[in-house]
Amino acid sequence: MNIVVCMKQVPDTETKVRIGADGKTIDPTDVNYVINPYDEFAIEEALRIKEKLGEGEVTILSLGPERATTAIRSALAMGADKGVLLKTDDTYLDSHAVATGLANALKEMKYDLIFLGKQAIDDDSAQIGPRLSVLLDIPCITVVTKLELEDGKIIAEREVEGGTQVIEASLPAIVTAQKGLNEPRYASLKGIMMAKKKPIEEKSPVMEEAKISVLKMEYPPERKGGKIVGSGKEAVPELVKLLHEEAKVI
Amino acid sequence: MSKAVLFFAEQNNGQFRKSAFEVATAGRQVADALGGELVAAVVGDAIADSATTLGAYGVDKVIAAENTDFHYYSPEGFTQALIDIITELEPGVVLFPATSLGSDLAPRVAAKLGVGLASDCTELFVVDGKLEIKRPIYAGKAYIRVAFNSEPQMATLRSNVFSAQKQQEGKEAAVEKIQVNVAEGKSKSSVKEFRPMGGDRIELTEADIIVSGGRGMREPGNFAILEELAKELGAAVGASRAAVDAGWRPHSDQVGQTGKTVSPNLYIAVGISGAIQHLAGMSSSKYIVAINKDPEAPIFKKADYGIVGDLFEIVPALTEEVRKLKSS
Ligand SMILES: Cc1cc2nc3c(=O)[nH]c(=O)nc-3n(C[C@H](O)[C@H](O)[C@H](O)COP(=O)(O)OP(=O)(O)OC[C@H]3O[C@@H](n4cnc5c(N)ncnc54)[C@H](O)[C@@H]3O)c2cc1C
Ligand SMILES: Nc1ncnc2c1ncn2[C@@H]1O[C@H](COP(=O)(O)O)[C@@H](O)[C@H]1O
Repeated sequence: MNIVVCMKQVPDTETKVRIGADGKTIDPTDVNYVINPYDEFAIEEALRIKEKLGEGEVTILSLGPERATTAIRSALAMGADKGVLLKTDDTYLDSHAVATGLANALKEMKYDLIFLGKQAIDDDSAQIGPRLSVLLDIPCITVVTKLELEDGKIIAEREVEGGTQVIEASLPAIVTAQKGLNEPRYASLKGIMMAKKKPIEEKSPVMEEAKISVLKMEYPPERKGGKIVGSGKEAVPELVKLLHEEAKVI
Repeated sequence: MSKAVLFFAEQNNGQFRKSAFEVATAGRQVADALGGELVAAVVGDAIADSATTLGAYGVDKVIAAENTDFHYYSPEGFTQALIDIITELEPGVVLFPATSLGSDLAPRVAAKLGVGLASDCTELFVVDGKLEIKRPIYAGKAYIRVAFNSEPQMATLRSNVFSAQKQQEGKEAAVEKIQVNVAEGKSKSSVKEFRPMGGDRIELTEADIIVSGGRGMREPGNFAILEELAKELGAAVGASRAAVDAGWRPHSDQVGQTGKTVSPNLYIAVGISGAIQHLAGMSSSKYIVAINKDPEAPIFKKADYGIVGDLFEIVPALTEEVRKLKSS
């Protein structure tokens, strides 16, 4: 079984966003880059399937600048077999551009299953999985919390408003991972050593132009300084009064 | 391209979701600014007569794609239905709700058309006859304003941000039914089963009020006091990652950068310290209340109102006080 995991390198969740000099992108100073958290679930699931079947190959595919190699290396240390970096400069790319770049690369690769994260925590777009489904003409199940593989098909559970959907699709297929799918492993020391020898191929992506342009980036409205109503349960009547009369939310 | 605004009116068993009315209201404003009509796309197996009621929200026309294959969401089938409707109408703007269904469907339609899509928007503007949108990135740590270089201009709208407003009570929209060529949109995946969550749980992303518990709750059984408060307030119950990782609450309850982003009218954080990842998911709430025994907890810097003290004493007192208010 050939499994490809599309992985994005993103600023970690501790990052305090500072707007850069161009007013459109973030200032990368002091930013620590990591594997997108949802993509860790994707990588873990791919590795578990390979381990369970006892055969197959897990390839990490990432489109991004040179620094993304570090994230690919981390995925290789978790146990993936090889990496492909579609190297770009650091300019703004929208989901259309990225999806076409990944799809064109995937068309040259062998895959039975393609894993992605449900969304990248920098752009929060949640578009690449379903877009690839159209571009590659294969099914895609998004926001998956449970996955089973059964003779040539997958059965997945996904969270939707008010409950859980159980969905079936034939292979090859795309799955986007949601938290809860599994518990990603930490790379072992041996894994880290072995990762150094695993191949990372570098290519230029074949992408279409972005269809969205950023006009400006801004900070969220500052929340005004909070008011401590009081302490202990004695403060409760005052709080309820404020919520009812001042805020008018209850 | 025409000036028409098309939106996907999501329904479930013939009942429109709250988001359908929210997107209709936002769509009406865009249509007015563009000087175009507002058209609703409704997709389902039996489109109820209730489709006409969208008229009250300013919808001029409903295009309904009815097909027996559309009982459950079928990604390929629904995509084809939208493509058929868009091809016929040639709208300048297409809006979807950023619900589970809308977020799965909109990128497929955008990819089929080869156009841009802005996800999870919180504000819409019309500037010189073109759509501009504002959307959060980094889970709300920043916002970007974007414009489109392709048409139709497509966006999904975050739930609970655009308020639904009736324009004219009782006004009916004309309904036009179309046939979708399902063979072309033949489904490669299908929903086998739907397991409802049980009870009348309120969806976190749609809730007006959320009561969330964190590590301070100490054990899963203690969430009962939050459930009770939530019941009194008609609220949904959320959780911090610490509470989820401890196995006290399901993953679907997590609020934050790697959980749900919510913007209720009122968010009550109980025994939650206010880590940057948690704040990212709830900072756009209209009012925030914090209950925490540590006066230095960062959550107090974001909260409009705070009470310092033991949550096990404060929460039951709060429930009691709300009960009194409701019965007065
Ligand atoms: C990659 C990554 C992603 C993350 N994503 C998220 C996310 O999406 N959502 C999220 O929430 N977190 C997320 N986190 C975790 C985040 O960093 C914090 O660890 C977490 O939010 C802490 O949860 P907490 O506030 O419940 O616990 P704590 O920080 O331990 O706070 C507990 C609070 O309860 C108070 N308390 C204790 N007992 C009482 C009592 N009896 N009465 C009143 N107050 C009491 C304490 O004073 C304390 O302030 C993420 C972390 C990482 C690394
Ligand atoms: N530049 C990229 N390279 C590889 N995979 C990506 C890239 N951008 C997004 N993805 C994948 O698509 C998922 C959803 O991203 P997004 O649609 O940007 O929120 C991510 O979790 C990744 O799995």
